[in-house]
Amino acid sequence: MTMPLMRPPRKNPVLRTRQMNLPPWARSRVAMGLTVAAAEGRFALQVCEACGAVQYPPREACHACVSPRLQWRPQSGEGRLIAATTLHHSNDLFFRERLPWRLGLVHLDCGSSLMVHLHGDVRQPGQRVRVTARLDRAGRAVVIALPDPETPHMNDDPMLREMGCDPKFRKVLVTDGKSEVGQALVRALVKAGADIIWVGHAEPWKKMPGFDDIADLPQVTLVPLDVTDGRAVEQVGGALGGKVDIVVHNAEVHRTYGIGARRGTDVARLEMDVNYFGLLRLAQAFGPALRARAADGAAHAVAWVNLLSIYALANFPPHGTYSASKAAAHSLAQCLRAEMRPAGIRVVNVFPGPIDEAWNQNLPPPKLTPEAVANAIVKALRDGTEDVYPGDVAQEWLERWRDDPRVLERELAAGGGS
Amino acid sequence: MTRLRRRRGYEGVAVCVPVTVPYVRYSTRSAHWWIGRAVRALLDASGLQKADLDGLTISSFSLTPDTAVGVTQHLGLSPRWLDHLPNGGASGVMALRRAARAVQAGDADIVACVAADTNHVDSFRLMLGSFSAFARDATYPYGSGGPNAIFAFITANYMARFGARREDFGRVCVDQRTNALAYGSRVFRKPLTLEEYLAGRPIAEPIHLFDCVMPCAGAEAFLVMCEQRARDLGLAHAVVRGAIERHNAYSDDPIFERGGWRVDREDLYAMADAQPADIDFLQAYDDYPVIPMVQIEDLGFCDKGDAPAFVRAHRLTHDGSFPLNTSGGQLSTGQAGAAGGFLGMVEAIRQLTDAAPGRQVARRAMPPDTNEPARLGLVGGFGMVTYDRCLCTGAAILGRAA
Repeated sequence: MTMPLMRPPRKNPVLRTRQMNLPPWARSRVAMGLTVAAAEGRFALQVCEACGAVQYPPREACHACVSPRLQWRPQSGEGRLIAATTLHHSNDLFFRERLPWRLGLVHLDCGSSLMVHLHGDVRQPGQRVRVTARLDRAGRAVVIALPDPETPHMNDDPMLREMGCDPKFRKVLVTDGKSEVGQALVRALVKAGADIIWVGHAEPWKKMPGFDDIADLPQVTLVPLDVTDGRAVEQVGGALGGKVDIVVHNAEVHRTYGIGARRGTDVARLEMDVNYFGLLRLAQAFGPALRARAADGAAHAVAWVNLLSIYALANFPPHGTYSASKAAAHSLAQCLRAEMRPAGIRVVNVFPGPIDEAWNQNLPPPKLTPEAVANAIVKALRDGTEDVYPGDVAQEWLERWRDDPRVLERELAAGGGS
Repeated sequence: MTRLRRRRGYEGVAVCVPVTVPYVRYSTRSAHWWIGRAVRALLDASGLQKADLDGLTISSFSLTPDTAVGVTQHLGLSPRWLDHLPNGGASGVMALRRAARAVQAGDADIVACVAADTNHVDSFRLMLGSFSAFARDATYPYGSGGPNAIFAFITANYMARFGARREDFGRVCVDQRTNALAYGSRVFRKPLTLEEYLAGRPIAEPIHLFDCVMPCAGAEAFLVMCEQRARDLGLAHAVVRGAIERHNAYSDDPIFERGGWRVDREDLYAMADAQPADIDFLQAYDDYPVIPMVQIEDLGFCDKGDAPAFVRAHRLTHDGSFPLNTSGGQLSTGQAGAAGGFLGMVEAIRQLTDAAPGRQVARRAMPPDTNEPARLGLVGGFGMVTYDRCLCTGAAILGRAA
C-alpha cells in the first residue's frame, strides 16, 4: 500500500541545494512517437497496418511481416507482470540518487514484453497490471506499470511522483488570479493540496466578483504583478523565484476582431504585450530560479504552465489578433520548453477551446467553464502531461489540424470555425 | 527440420595456438593495443610471420570508430579474407565457424581469430546507453543498470518456474572460482565460499554481487587452419567436430527461458557423431550463472528445468563429475568485452591440446583412475542483449586431434 505523502520537512539552509541529474534522454527518432502520445496522456504503441502485430520496442519495420507501415495506436496497456527486480546499483546518476528502484517485465495481452518502472503497489509476478506511458524528468516517455485495480493514495508513489508534477505540497504562482479562469485555478490548486499559492493581480482598482473570497483562502498570498511591467516582474521574480515550484501563466488579454474591424495597433499591441511579452518577461524572471531548484527536496520546482488557446494552432479570423498573439506565445513556449527541459522542468502548454467568458459572448456553445479549464490544468500536472487540449472544440480543431493544417486554415477562412 | 542438402561438416579444420593477453581491471590503452598484443602473441607462439596470416576476424566493441579493416592498416596486415564479428558472447563460435568455412573453401589458409576490448574507467557506463537502438529506447532509461536488470528478470523467472535457488547459482560461481584459481586468474585471486556468495550485496534482486561479471580489459585469440597445415607447422591443435548458431530464436517467448541451442542441437551432435554423455567438459557462456544452467538444459545434458538438480548432483570443477568453465569463466576471470565470447573457445583448445596444466580435465566416460585426458569439449556462445534477451546463440564441439 502506498503511504500517503507527508508534508516535506523544511529545507536545511546549511546544505547545498541538490542539483538535477536527468535520467537518460537519448531516444531514436522513431521512439519519439511514444513521447508525443505520452505528452498528451495517451499510451500508444506501433501497430502494423498490414498484419496488425503490435511492436515494442519501437521499430522501422514490422517484426512479424516486415511491412514498413507502422502506425502509433492507443493501447489498453493491460497485461501481466512476469518478473520484477529491485535495483540497488545503477550506472546513471538520476537512478543512483533514487535507489532502490523497482523495475518489472510485463507481458501485454497484445503480445509484447515491456521493461517498465514499477509502481510500489505492484508486488507479485503474475499480478495483472495496467501499463501506461508517462514523461520522465528528462521529458521523454517511459512505460510504467500501475496496479489494476487502483489502490489508495497511489499518486503518492515516489516513482509516480517523479513522472508527474503533482501540486500537492508545492508552492505555486498564478499570474492574474482575478480573471474567472484565474479564480477557478486557485480554487482547484487549493483542492489539489498546494502548499502556498501566490496570486498575481494587476490593476488593483479593478474589483472582480469572487476575488475577495480567493484572497481570504489561507493558502493564498496576493502579489501585485503586472506582466507588462518588466521591472515589477523582475522584482517579484527576485522575491519569489527561489520559492516557487510551479508557475501558472494565466494572464491574458483577449479582444475580438481581426484586422479590418478596428483601426490602429493599440489593441493588438496590448494583446502581444501581455500574451507574448508577458510570457517572455516572466520566463526571464522565473526561469533560472526554477531551473536551479529542480531537485530541491521532495517538493522541488517542477513545472511551468502556459494558458494558450486552440487558436494558437491556426488563426481564427473573428479573433484574429488574439490568435496571432497566442501563436506567438506558443512559439515562445516551445523555446521555453527547450530551455527548461535540460533542467527537468516541464512546460505544460494548454490549448483550450473557447472559454465561457465575456469576450467569447458571441461564440456558440460548446464553451468551457473556467472550472473545466482549471481542472484540466491540475489533472495535467498530476498526470505529468505536457500538451493539453481541453474541451470538445479544442479536440475537434486538433483532429482537423493533425489531419491537414492547410485544409483547416481554408475552412476557417471560409467561416467554418467552431 | 528437413533440408534440401545435408550440411557439410567441419572435417579437416584445426584450431590451435590459444592465446590470452592477461586481463586488467582498467586500461588506458585502446582496443587496438590489445588486438596488437594478441596478434603478436599468436605469431610468437606459432612461429608464423605476419604475411602468413591471410585471414582475420576481429571481435571488439571498444574498437569504434574502427572495424576489422582498420586493424589491418593499424597492424600492417594484408589478409585476403576478413570478417568483423562484434557479437559479444557468441563471437568465439561465430568466428570459428566462419574461419573454418574459409579454410575449407580455400579462401584463406591461416585465419587469426582475435577478440579484444579495452576498459577505461568510464567506458562500461558509456557503452551501456549506446549498446543498441532498443537498449537506448527501451532499457537504458529504466534504471540504467545495464544487463543486470534484464538478467534479474530472467533469473527470477527461472527460479519461480523451475525451483532454482540462490544456492544453485552459488555452486556454479564457487566451483568456477576454484577453476579460476587453478587457471591463474589475474582479476580474482581468492577462493569463494558458498557463504560468501550468499552474503554478496544485492545488485538487482535476485542478482547479487557474485552473480555479476567484472568488466575488464583483455584479449583472447586462436588460429584456424587445415589440419595438414597445423601438422606441418608442428602446432598442437584440436579439431572441429561440429558447430551451430542461431539468432533471435523463440522470439515469441515472453521472457527468455530457452535459447537457440535447442533449435539446432540435434544437428550439432549429429555432425560430431556424439551424444551429450560423450562430452568431457562444457565451456558455457556465463555472463550470469543462470545462463550456464540454461545451456546445460538446452544443449541436452538434462531436461528443461532440471539444471538446478543437475548442478546439485555434480561438482563443476575441472576435476569434478561435470567440468564447467574450467578456466573460471567470466564470473571468475572477468569479462573483457567481446573477448568473453572467446574465453571458452580458447580454454577448450587448451584442454584438448594438453595446455591446461593443473586443471586438465579427464575423459568422463573412463574410470577415474585411467587418467586419460578429455577428448571432446563443448563450447557454448551467447551474446548481444539488444533488448530483453541475448539474441545470438552458438555452440561448437571440439575434439582432440587423432
